Amino acid sequence: MPIRVNDTEVPAPEDARVSLLDLLREHLHLTGTKKGCDQGACGACTVLLDGNRVLSCLTLAAQAEGREVRTIEGIAGAAGELHVLQRGFVEHDGLQCGYCTPGQICSAIAMAEELRRGDPSYVTPDIAAGPAAVTREEIRERMSGNLCRCGAHNGIVEAIEAMLAETAA
Amino acid sequence: MTPLCYVRAGDRADALARVVNGARCLGGGTNLVDLLRQNVEQASELVDVSRLDGDVRESDGGELFIDAAVTNAALAAHPLVRRRYPVLARALLAGASAQIRNMATVGGNILQRTRCMYFYDVDGARCNKRQPGAGCDAREGFDRYHAILGASDQCVATHPSDMCVALAMLDAVVHLSGPGGDRSVPLTDLHVLPGATPQVETVLQPGELITGVELPPPSDAMVRSDYRKVRDRSSYAFAVVSVAGGLGLAEGRVREARIALGGVAAKPWRARRAEAALIGLAPTPEALLAAIREELADARPLSGNGFKIGLVERTVVAVLTTLAGARA
Ligand SMILES: Cc1cc2nc3c(=O)[nH]c(=O)nc-3n(C[C@H](O)[C@H](O)[C@H](O)COP(=O)(O)OP(=O)(O)OC[C@H]3O[C@@H](n4cnc5c(N)ncnc54)[C@H](O)[C@@H]3O)c2cc1C
Ligand code: FES
Ligand code: FES
Repeated sequence: MPIRVNDTEVPAPEDARVSLLDLLREHLHLTGTKKGCDQGACGACTVLLDGNRVLSCLTLAAQAEGREVRTIEGIAGAAGELHVLQRGFVEHDGLQCGYCTPGQICSAIAMAEELRRGDPSYVTPDIAAGPAAVTREEIRERMSGNLCRCGAHNGIVEAIEAMLAETAA
Repeated sequence: MTPLCYVRAGDRADALARVVNGARCLGGGTNLVDLLRQNVEQASELVDVSRLDGDVRESDGGELFIDAAVTNAALAAHPLVRRRYPVLARALLAGASAQIRNMATVGGNILQRTRCMYFYDVDGARCNKRQPGAGCDAREGFDRYHAILGASDQCVATHPSDMCVALAMLDAVVHLSGPGGDRSVPLTDLHVLPGATPQVETVLQPGELITGVELPPPSDAMVRSDYRKVRDRSSYAFAVVSVAGGLGLAEGRVREARIALGGVAAKPWRARRAEAALIGLAPTPEALLAAIREELADARPLSGNGFKIGLVERTVVAVLTTLAGARA
């Protein structure tokens, strides 16, 4: 079964040990997705698998067979127009070196969908009711799987707030 | 990582046949892939069970049956879990990150291995769990995250799961399937203390796999329940200690108490002594403190983790005092 990567079908690698991250970077030369720790601890390798955010470093490429992978290269519009969150990162200084940025953006796009569904987080006061308001505390907790060694977190949270406000309007 | 072959299980029988022949189950892979890559574990065949049935069903009797392949994220978001067993939803959401919870399965979460750094350090450290008889570098090492209850001279590692602490509190039952047929084991009996054989971590037999988890119909203390995790940073870190608590009250007195502790032992620790000590009492901070002290009477801290005793005491008092004040 092939893997769909940003709307293109690619075959799964023959060596079952190849991670989805290495398939993207080394085999397909989609180097937007970054390798930080290669052990699940930083979030730099976050991609969307059937729309859900996952870590490509801990996913074997074979596990993605028959599924749809979206990476940072597949986030902008067809004519190259930036996604609202990409614009937000630029406007709100959501980055310094940029190494964590592709993972942050993929992660936050999926986070917005989780919020839209009403999924609770660890800091949601009433787990049964779900999040009443999207506070900064909610955003930070939901984004805690993406580290930024440059400490651009304030700008990142602002960019996400701007996206949530714009898509709600 | 040594070369291996990967197959997706067609159905449960296929998975079982392959596991009987020596294949390892692969859930989300968030623990196993890491352990294989770091050479802590070896496997020649992986059978992916993450695409087998992944449903959450309610039985006529009010039990909740959760398939092993259900993801941690899906279970935490499930309406029945959030309403009837909030402790389980909160515990799941306290674990790892959103990305990892989207991948991690219920079966894999239960069987995840310890995060003891000496267990992971294949080249640099001795570990009886990894290599029986080699010795344990944690006993004389950095033991902040290690056990205070139920440990042995051979091993002081803790079980890292948040979900399992809530499952222990809820009297969850784990369903197993193996060459000898199906059986079920209470979660509190699934993991075993290290004793002289720390490499044996559960009662699973070779060739057995987890098919699901069953929760009993919700009691008052399951509905009025919560989970609190104490860690070195406020998110995306393993527990230093954690507490799953639940209270059933009648006329201001404890009718049902449920307490389980994480980060203190090689298994999620159900604090039955503390629970029994609370029955019939008003849930005052003093009564709660006395009860958890009874549970911790056998605690044997290591040189660097004695603080866990006071931390568990205060966390239990905080969780149950808050629950006592919450409207039912
Ligand atoms: C950076 C990081 C932080 C984390 N933080 C936390 C945390 O704070 N709290 C927490 O609780 N966890 C945490 N985790 C651990 C995470 O919860 C586990 O890795 C995850 O739950 C394992 O599930 P999985 O499906 O990916 O298991 P896998 O990695 O696929 O498998 C784990 C084990 O279970 C076996 N297995 C899987 N399914 C079955 C089955 N059906 N039957 C029999 N055997 C089976 C596998 O053979 C393997 O031995 C963290 C992990 C990482 C990488
Ligand atoms: S590279 Fe995947 S989490 Fe760090
Ligand atoms: S911008 Fe440098 S790591 Fe985040």
